[in-house]
Amino acid sequence: MHGTKASATHAAHAELRTESDSLIVVLAGEWSLERIPPRFDALIAGGATRQGGEKTLSFDATELGAWDTSFLVFLKQCQDSCDELHLQWNPSGLPERALRLLALANAVPESVQADAAKRASFLTRLGATVLDGWRDVLAAITFTGEVAVSFAGLFTRTNHMRWRQFWVVVETNSSGALPIVTLIALLVGVIIAFLGVVVLERFGAGYYVSYLVGFGMLREMASLMTGIIIAGRTGAAFAAELGTMKVTEEIDAYTTLGLSPIDHLVLPRILGLFFMMPLLTLYADVVGIVGGMLVSWSLLDLSFTQFTNGLLAAVTLSDALLGLLKGTIFGLIVGVAGCMKGLQGGSDASAVGQAATAAVVLGITLIVAANALVDWLAALLGV
Amino acid sequence: MIEVRDLTMKYGERIVMQDINFTVARGEVFVLMGGSGSGKSTLLKHLIGLKAPAKGSILFEGEAFDINDDASRSRVLRRMGVLYQNGALWSGLTLAENVALPLEEFSKLDARTIAETVSFKLALVGLRGFEQFYPSAISGGMRKRAALARAIALDPDVLFFDEPSSGLDPISASRLDDLISELKASFGTTIVIVTHDLDSIFRIADRALFLDIDQKTMTAIGPPAELRDHPPNPQVHQFLTRSSAGAS
Repeated sequence: MHGTKASATHAAHAELRTESDSLIVVLAGEWSLERIPPRFDALIAGGATRQGGEKTLSFDATELGAWDTSFLVFLKQCQDSCDELHLQWNPSGLPERALRLLALANAVPESVQADAAKRASFLTRLGATVLDGWRDVLAAITFTGEVAVSFAGLFTRTNHMRWRQFWVVVETNSSGALPIVTLIALLVGVIIAFLGVVVLERFGAGYYVSYLVGFGMLREMASLMTGIIIAGRTGAAFAAELGTMKVTEEIDAYTTLGLSPIDHLVLPRILGLFFMMPLLTLYADVVGIVGGMLVSWSLLDLSFTQFTNGLLAAVTLSDALLGLLKGTIFGLIVGVAGCMKGLQGGSDASAVGQAATAAVVLGITLIVAANALVDWLAALLGV
Repeated sequence: MIEVRDLTMKYGERIVMQDINFTVARGEVFVLMGGSGSGKSTLLKHLIGLKAPAKGSILFEGEAFDINDDASRSRVLRRMGVLYQNGALWSGLTLAENVALPLEEFSKLDARTIAETVSFKLALVGLRGFEQFYPSAISGGMRKRAALARAIALDPDVLFFDEPSSGLDPISASRLDDLISELKASFGTTIVIVTHDLDSIFRIADRALFLDIDQKTMTAIGPPAELRDHPPNPQVHQFLTRSSAGAS
């Protein structure tokens, strides 16, 4: 794109000369973004031609060739430097079209809103971060309360939840999640058994590896690993789905119709996980124990019957139920974290990714914290 | 500058438009108009190389624009700027970074000059001082103006606009029209616009092309005022006079 065409074909050139009380910028050549253009501050820094008594900044563009934005940026540098150099801007020697574009650029003053983007002090940023954190806590409590009210609405028939979404969640977290849950649970069972074989064999107590695998999988690892898998898989998906719906104003469409997004979008997802997580945990229990059984058989020659007898002698029903309870709690955590972060997201494309990341981080953090809390309570109650 | 020969556009096996023939001269403001769903935006996608013609060809200064040939595509695209309907700013970058990216990639300017060029481009579209804002922090109209600043970052030979005035208030839309006229006058930029905005069409367009959804082809081409005063068919008359009835 080129402006005023002239006969000059050489590269952009600018120099200063003084004439009575004028500092004149002599402009020549072709100005293009494809070549490095002259800078006005560099010309001034050269300064040899200045005598100090100049009052105006004028231009001689008789040798000026074609020009583009690089020329306009140079002129803007000249214009912006006038105050600092105590010179009066005299653009009479410039192409009329360049002046019109300069005028257009200067037509709208710098917005006062732009101040908001300027970097705040450390204390201001620290305060803002603390306040943001507090608002997040309040928002999480409010959101959980809304979900509870929505759930209660199922019994009072004030919530007309569409069950189709519930069944979609059930489906994606049953057959859809089984391959990854199988793989991880099997490997965790294998790892626990390896650990048991290495440690217990030193004391001649290899037989008790079934105790370790049973306790490990039923009370802790099956629910914990399933929770983490579902947080990364389903929690992120919830956040991305709802985040995208927010970007495309689908959430607003629910609200403006007087419909609750919690009833229609959030509750089906959370309920789906609430029902599926204990089942997935139970499945992970079985697969993990099979993994441990295989390792015991291959390394200790422990038969499946011996392993099973040892396991049944060690663990009780309450161990299994504790694991299933944890799985249920983790399901609620993943569902609430995923849906909340999705609905709290911003309105642009990057907000969807941020919501998914935040949902996974929050979900896993809360799962680990909740696991520790339930273990502590179980120890207090002697379970 | 741009020549479209016997273009047929398809979605899957369905023909959207066919027998499209026109040329756009250097420095011309050319408008693609027609009813909703008539294929204006699809035609624009063909012109900017996002879709390949089902039949026919598009020439850019005599060179066939083959979107499957990376070298040809890159050579042509470097000389184009596009303002998408919703701006399509990169949401992870500030406005300054959005405008700076093409300059950093395709010019030899140093960082300081790039920053000044970015500020100048943003000032041209009335966004002086918004350099450090992210797209999510400004209004839809401002996003569109920032996207225009990005589109003109490299001073392209041809600028394509998809519904430039949608989402803009009348003052901003008028200011955008002024800027389009100024770009044409000062830089000789060729401008192709898809729009429904009759005020803009009559104000800035040199020629307009009408796509008829029923006949699946172009049915009129010429200066907008001439098409309004001597409409070649009732659809053009209806469109340009905002009437719900056919030509009398």
